[in-house]
Amino acid sequence: MTTQSPSDFPLHAQSTATGPVHPDADAESSPTGEPEQERKGLSQGQIVRKKFFDNTAAIISLVVFVVIFLLAFTSVGFAGIPGWWKYNHTEFVPLLDGGVPTVTGPFSWGEHPFGQDSIGRDYFAMTMRGTQNSIIIMFLIGALAGLVGVVIGACSGYFRGWPEAVLMRFTDVIIIIPVVLAAATLGEAVTRFVGPGGQIWLLGLFLGLVLWTGLARLVRGEFLTLREREFVDAAKIAGASNGRIIFKHILPNAVGVIIVNTTLLMSAAILLETALSYIGFGVKAPDVSLGLIISQNQEAFQTRPWLFWFPGLFIVLICLCINFIGDGLRDAFDPRQKKFRASRIKGAGKPVAA
Amino acid sequence: MVTYIVRRLVTAVLILFGASFVVYQLTALSGDPLEDLRGSNAPNRDQLIQARTDLLDLNTPAPLRYFGWLAGAAKCLIPFAATCDLGSSIQGEAVTTALSRAMGNTITLVTTATILAIVIGVSLGIITALRQYSGLDYGVTFMSFLFFSLPIFWLAVLLKEFGAIGFNNFLADPDIPPLTILVVALASGLIWALFASRSWKRKGVAFVLGAVIAAALLFLLDLVDWFSDPGLGPIVILITGVGIALGVVLLTAGLRNRKAVYASLTMVGVGLVAYYVVNPILNAATIWMIIVFGLVMVLVGLLVGYLLGGYDRGQSMRAAALTGVLMGLVIVIDRFMVTWPAYVGNSRVRGRPIATVGAQTPGLDDSFWINGLDTFTHLLLPTLALLLASLASYSRYSRASMLEIMNMDYIRTARAKGLSERTVVMRHAFRNALIPLATLVAFDIGALIGGAIITEQVFAFAGMGQLFVQALRRVDPDPIMGFFLVAGILALVFNLVADIVYSFLDPRVRVKA
Repeated sequence: MTTQSPSDFPLHAQSTATGPVHPDADAESSPTGEPEQERKGLSQGQIVRKKFFDNTAAIISLVVFVVIFLLAFTSVGFAGIPGWWKYNHTEFVPLLDGGVPTVTGPFSWGEHPFGQDSIGRDYFAMTMRGTQNSIIIMFLIGALAGLVGVVIGACSGYFRGWPEAVLMRFTDVIIIIPVVLAAATLGEAVTRFVGPGGQIWLLGLFLGLVLWTGLARLVRGEFLTLREREFVDAAKIAGASNGRIIFKHILPNAVGVIIVNTTLLMSAAILLETALSYIGFGVKAPDVSLGLIISQNQEAFQTRPWLFWFPGLFIVLICLCINFIGDGLRDAFDPRQKKFRASRIKGAGKPVAA
Repeated sequence: MVTYIVRRLVTAVLILFGASFVVYQLTALSGDPLEDLRGSNAPNRDQLIQARTDLLDLNTPAPLRYFGWLAGAAKCLIPFAATCDLGSSIQGEAVTTALSRAMGNTITLVTTATILAIVIGVSLGIITALRQYSGLDYGVTFMSFLFFSLPIFWLAVLLKEFGAIGFNNFLADPDIPPLTILVVALASGLIWALFASRSWKRKGVAFVLGAVIAAALLFLLDLVDWFSDPGLGPIVILITGVGIALGVVLLTAGLRNRKAVYASLTMVGVGLVAYYVVNPILNAATIWMIIVFGLVMVLVGLLVGYLLGGYDRGQSMRAAALTGVLMGLVIVIDRFMVTWPAYVGNSRVRGRPIATVGAQTPGLDDSFWINGLDTFTHLLLPTLALLLASLASYSRYSRASMLEIMNMDYIRTARAKGLSERTVVMRHAFRNALIPLATLVAFDIGALIGGAIITEQVFAFAGMGQLFVQALRRVDPDPIMGFFLVAGILALVFNLVADIVYSFLDPRVRVKA
């Protein structure tokens, strides 16, 4: 959505994709702003970006998520590249002071900031490794489910007729297959054929292949309404091919729905992955996942509560960040949701100057 | 319409065939059902393996085995023949028996949580939509995002720790320290201030009132040792009843409708009389007696509303009937509270009332009230966990839906006619805002019976989800297929119901025949 230029669109499509754009909306909130720039008008991408960056909650969440991401991937290393943290998630270290967390502030971490588990592994390394795995699975599910969902939804929504019937019935079949069953089957296949190394990647891959159904339905609905619009008719009459109409005319208008729902799917995916690992059908030992280490240590809640708090805290943080980012994107893409300010309503009675 | 339904049902059957085949194959691929036997060193190991191979028909390839299962399942379609054969589990229990037991447990668990989530979630959504961008809106939005992001297994462990173990410790020696009273009072004041309208003066008044009332209440409850020996008594019932009556009238008819106010207040009086009359009979209560009691309250309410109501009898009748039912509920709750000490003192409960696992206390066989309390204490934590997790989607959806409706032209028209805000919100906006939610609710009900796999696992609740997970661990295809049949059929049926209901509620949407 950031690459399209206004001239690429029929005028009508532009105005409906972004909603009625009030050039004076921001001039009013900042009367001393640069009116010349406002008069030029903003492209859809610029409007979306501006609205997103105005959303404090979404920006804070984005920053927190990036920090967690960097922490998880640089601390214990990734794909063979060593990280800066001195332990890893499999190493046994003699228990120090019963494995109590040593973190006392943001810059005084101590020897084992999140403590040690009952057999002496450094819990910070384990949590970071679990976070890493959860994030990888989340992105895989998001990318794959997004891709499959968009392709199936777009094909059935655009072509109608028998492709729609077949694809939608196929979606119905996938939708009622329990996800836990699919994950368990695939998990078994993974341990049998691949070995524990590729576990994370295959789990994300397979979950992505069953979680696309909701998105496919949404995209289909979006395509069904968009394909009846005048600008699509105009493109057809001008002789555009199906591929061009789909990629150049319809998809850019549906991109909001797709991005927002993929983001929300990702937040659901991280909860699903941790829950599956928790009941033993997701990531399996010796690898670690946030859900798995909670499940392994929940009996010790009375004696070693930190084993329970830290991984849970990271799940909640990641999920909360993704949800707020998704919500911010939804607001940014939805033309009807304008930020409502009480002061503007009070002034609305007066004729607006300029 | 009939053509449409028939066509949808035929497709549903085909989908079910396809999906059940896939599920059967996935189950067969998900592991080795003989794994535990292969590793065992029992002297009759080979015999056991042979027996299980015969039982599960493992020598036949899975795609063919599916048709054997299908032949048995097809017998369920013959009505009233009781020839239903969904196979049996590895332990030899018929799947139909296991399913019906698990379904009963799941339904009691999930219905309460869903109904509560719908009621609370929708009310929160509506209130936050009416107060868009207020402190309350931001607070509720943040809380719903937070609950939405909580992994349910994590939440469940926390609830067990603080809700069950902590609260049980408190109940063993119910003494509230002053610091707790202070904290609770401040929290309550904050919540009331959030709910109060925009002006700072009203917020301040609400804060002080909320804090003082909460502190006084806690102090009083602590003083009379209410937590060991709870109960409401006639005076509290009267006060609650008057509050309920005014609230109900405010929402259904508006306080200006004097006739409705009088009718509802009469019902509070009737309820108070019923409290004395019914209480002896309730000693031998059954669930049916409670239902009949509720129905009688509704009928009396309708009658009182009819007799007292003026030209608009309907409003008074609705208000009085609703007040009647709620009064009946208060009386029943009082009765449960009175039974509480007996329950806590029961030799099976041993003073730890809030349970962390299971669906009931084993071996507890007592009166309706004791068993009711037992179910309550077992359902409390899982229901709370499920409630918090599903609250968010309802409040977010109803808020968005209400916001959209409040910007509609007909709302402006209604205001321009000079209708009161209550009429505009309750009659014109609220009803229409519920339409999109009908679909969501139908989907959720369809998914209900599938159970809450994770929640049931954490709380060791013997429902559908646990049946499924246990069968999956043992690679036992028949219970999995039974679970899938029930869950899949319900999901498909409610999918259809959602579409049909939507087209009835919103005439702009028409189903294609």
